[in-house]
Amino acid sequence: MAIDPIKHEMPTQEPLVRAHNFDEVALGYDEETALAEASRCLNCVNKPCVQGCPVNVRIPEFIAKIKEKDYEGAYQVINSTSSLPAVCGRVCPQENQCEGKCTLGIKFQPVGIGRLERFVADYHNANSTAAPVVPESNGHKVAVVGSGPSGLTCAGDLAKKGYKVSVFEALHTAGGVLVYGIPEFRLPKAIVAKEVETLKALGVDVETNVVIGKTLTIDELFEMGYEAVFVGSGAGLPNFMHIPGEEFKGVYSANEFLTRSNLMKAFRDNPETPIMKGGKVAIVGGGNVAMDAARTALRLGAEHVYVVYRRSMEELPARKEEVEHAIEEGIDFQLLNNPVEILGYNNPEDPRDPKNGFVTGIKCIKMELGEPDEKGRRRPMPVEGSEFTLDVDAVVMSIGTSPNPLIKDTTPGLEINNRGGIIVNEDGLTSRANVYAGGDAVTGAATVISAMGAGKVAAKAIDEYLSSK
Amino acid sequence: MYKIASRKALNSTVTQLEIEAPLVAKKALPGQFIILRVDEDGERIPLTVAGTNKEAGTVKIIFQIVGATTEKLNHKMEGDYIQDFVGPLGKATELEGLKNVCIVGGGVGCAIALPIAEALHEMGANVTSIVGFRNKDILILEDEFKACSNELVVTTDDGSYGEKANVTVPLRRMLEAGKQFDTVITIGPLIMMKFVVATCKDFNTPCVVSMNPIMIDGTGMCGGCRLSLNVDGKKVTKFACVDGPDFNGYEVDFDEAMSRGRMYFDYERKKHEEACNLFKEAK
Repeated sequence: MAIDPIKHEMPTQEPLVRAHNFDEVALGYDEETALAEASRCLNCVNKPCVQGCPVNVRIPEFIAKIKEKDYEGAYQVINSTSSLPAVCGRVCPQENQCEGKCTLGIKFQPVGIGRLERFVADYHNANSTAAPVVPESNGHKVAVVGSGPSGLTCAGDLAKKGYKVSVFEALHTAGGVLVYGIPEFRLPKAIVAKEVETLKALGVDVETNVVIGKTLTIDELFEMGYEAVFVGSGAGLPNFMHIPGEEFKGVYSANEFLTRSNLMKAFRDNPETPIMKGGKVAIVGGGNVAMDAARTALRLGAEHVYVVYRRSMEELPARKEEVEHAIEEGIDFQLLNNPVEILGYNNPEDPRDPKNGFVTGIKCIKMELGEPDEKGRRRPMPVEGSEFTLDVDAVVMSIGTSPNPLIKDTTPGLEINNRGGIIVNEDGLTSRANVYAGGDAVTGAATVISAMGAGKVAAKAIDEYLSSK
Repeated sequence: MYKIASRKALNSTVTQLEIEAPLVAKKALPGQFIILRVDEDGERIPLTVAGTNKEAGTVKIIFQIVGATTEKLNHKMEGDYIQDFVGPLGKATELEGLKNVCIVGGGVGCAIALPIAEALHEMGANVTSIVGFRNKDILILEDEFKACSNELVVTTDDGSYGEKANVTVPLRRMLEAGKQFDTVITIGPLIMMKFVVATCKDFNTPCVVSMNPIMIDGTGMCGGCRLSLNVDGKKVTKFACVDGPDFNGYEVDFDEAMSRGRMYFDYERKKHEEACNLFKEAK
């Protein structure tokens, strides 16, 4: 049988329907489609896809199990190296990783590995009733700081080897960016909760409401008997542009906007959480977080959503699929534009006018691409005299984050680089003995799967160190 | 879940709770704050620590009923539980080396000022306290302030108790009389702190203010609590949760902070009315 050159399409909610609800956009393969897609895998000798995966999921092996209709078996293959299959199948940038390396992709479209992973994980979550086997304790205690993707992965890998792992989370719900950052329509919170429950069933303790660096310090964790600590505290304070008007009411960081919607459940109309709804919204930035913020604003009821980005579509850093989804939903991309000022209402006659201080617009300047910079990206240059104003009621700044100071300030001897990231060696070991780190706390804002990869590397190093003690 | 070890109404709108939270109790220092949620899906609100009992593992908080969340919190009784309680957050007030300090508290802000006054008193510093209230009915903590202050002035807006004045009046009188303070530390409504700072400026007396902006996580993630400082003529953005809550009052842009604090004013007022009605119906 000839190989189908095209990857089976992912069924999705209709764009104009989904733009007004928070249900998941991608609906997942049914069994028939999964089997057809699995049959496209060549099961080639080199398996470049496995190298393309930061946690080295044995991809051809799990796809072979799908072909045999042994979906639970397929799940076990994935789960042996990845703690969060249902998450990765949804949010990994597969086009740059496994699928980007797929042999089939040289001539045709690559195998839809992410979609198959999601199918397998969802099958498992819907059908498996078996409790995970709790491994025999090896008597060692490890503390994990942060319950985001790197922390959960590190905790999961160590728990499977018999370590007693405690995860300390600053917020009231475990999951880190998977809970406060990524919206429901891309990653349903029930899936994150399920993955956390799976870890708890393996014996992992999850302590919410503990801020490491405040409630407890790293040194106190060692005093409490933990023999190693993994720091996966994530990215930190949101960046602002430092342009006039950023203090006006209605200017949010993407972190605040998404946290209000996701963690604090404004998306579900939680009356406890106020958020700007309706009106016109401008999102500043072009990453995945900007796409999440734009599509969240639309779903919260905005009548028009702009994405203002200073480079062109080609340089836009968000995943292609997310950008395509956003365009289908009607997000208005204002490319090659850079904000220079945020405008606010001011009634000179009445200083008590309740509208005073609220956002009314965003003034931008047109940009053109000049010479490539040191990273090879063409540098955007302002076009003199090209300023114009977009009338908006809210602005969401989605231009990255700077590292959180809490752990650095309270951990003597922990070295950080000039961008504030924790310095680690190839094993994830920091400048402090037995303190490991990974994820955004080390790299600055990156992807879920790279954070998971870092958690995995550290778990391996911690195991090698503690098991040889 | 976190147990309410004790509850005491200080006046008709201000309540004191002691919450069982041993890790927080062990660590909290004057000037730091906690964040709590009353129930699942509840709002996260920051409240400054009003004291700790390290042996009992409890943290004292004092709050005024200003919105739906504090209304709900006020209906929790001794032995009840609240959903979440995390801290201590923010930086402690810097007290080292201070020998002569004036504490200026306004309204429920006095609850936060008290542990600072007590810590200074314990250090052997000379403490002058000026505490202001709208009227006698909402006066709190007078005895406690008396116990830790070398001099105490109570003011009320309507003259129903103590001196009929704003807190800035006795402060100015003292400074004019040549009283020297290493610093003034002020905690209360933004508008009061703004004028305390202005008074201090006239006498070149340093002034520390405690800011309490809208917050969500309180750990340096959301950026909602940002405020602008004017540092040597340059505008600098700071985050109250990790850089504060204490700031050099000379540098704080109070007008901006007041404007930002009213972001959800209408929403909150409506929500509070709804919450009140719910409790009325329940009765």
